[in-house]
Amino acid sequence: MNYMPGTASLIEDIDKKHLVLLRDGRTLIGFLRSIDQFANLVLHQTVERIHVGKKYGDIPRGIFVVRGENVVLLGEIDLEKESDTPLQQVSIEEILEEQRVEQQTKLENEKLKVQALKDRGLSVPRADTLDEY
Amino acid sequence: MLWLALWFPPGLWPTASGPRFPGLAHSPSLLFFKSLVGKDVVVELKNDLSVCEILHSVDQYLNIKLTDISVTDPEKYPHILSVKNCFIRGSVVHYVQLPAHEVDMQLLQNVARKETLQQKQ
Repeated sequence: MNYMPGTASLIEDIDKKHLVLLRDGRTLIGFLRSIDQFANLVLHQTVERIHVGKKYGDIPRGIFVVRGENVVLLGEIDLEKESDTPLQQVSIEEILEEQRVEQQTKLENEKLKVQALKDRGLSVPRADTLDEY
Repeated sequence: MLWLALWFPPGLWPTASGPRFPGLAHSPSLLFFKSLVGKDVVVELKNDLSVCEILHSVDQYLNIKLTDISVTDPEKYPHILSVKNCFIRGSVVHYVQLPAHEVDMQLLQNVARKETLQQKQ
């Protein structure tokens, strides 16, 4: 039963567990409940998963309505593959701490880069999008 | 449990430029992509993530559905490990790498010609 044969439709993905990658870099995992032509999504029992290195942490979020323009990728999770990942799950506080440390090192490296460029008389063009994925 | 926000009869799902009818390709580039369904492609996204897989389907927004995916570059993106099929929004695609021997040059040239003619009008 295909409503528009030959098109990339999300209709068969409804009620399945999905991983959604957003433009701001966040990863959401939840059951896809509703879609529309703009790829706006309704996710149920959503969990925000934060990855740092080989560790990850889950924050339960409930029901999410995601505007389509912010979606990068939507993937159906294979429940068998999910159980044998090499990644290690840690507590929320730990993963948030790791993330904070990672952001700090990134900022410091950016600062060094900008300084090095300034020393050579070059300037970094400002990014005109808020995309961080 | 199906909670569809809006329901339209099959075939008349609204789109940005008016309702479309199933079975019709609406732009020459869409026709070209449809000729590649079933082939192995590598899709590179604007965030440098490269995904290697089989092209399952394409729609008028050039959103891409892929099956049997594998991330070609080193696993800087560990979250994709447990995903085998995915849907990629057309707006985040940088480019699509095609197998050279699968490309129908005649079709491609016709498509390019039609597009320029369309744009001129």
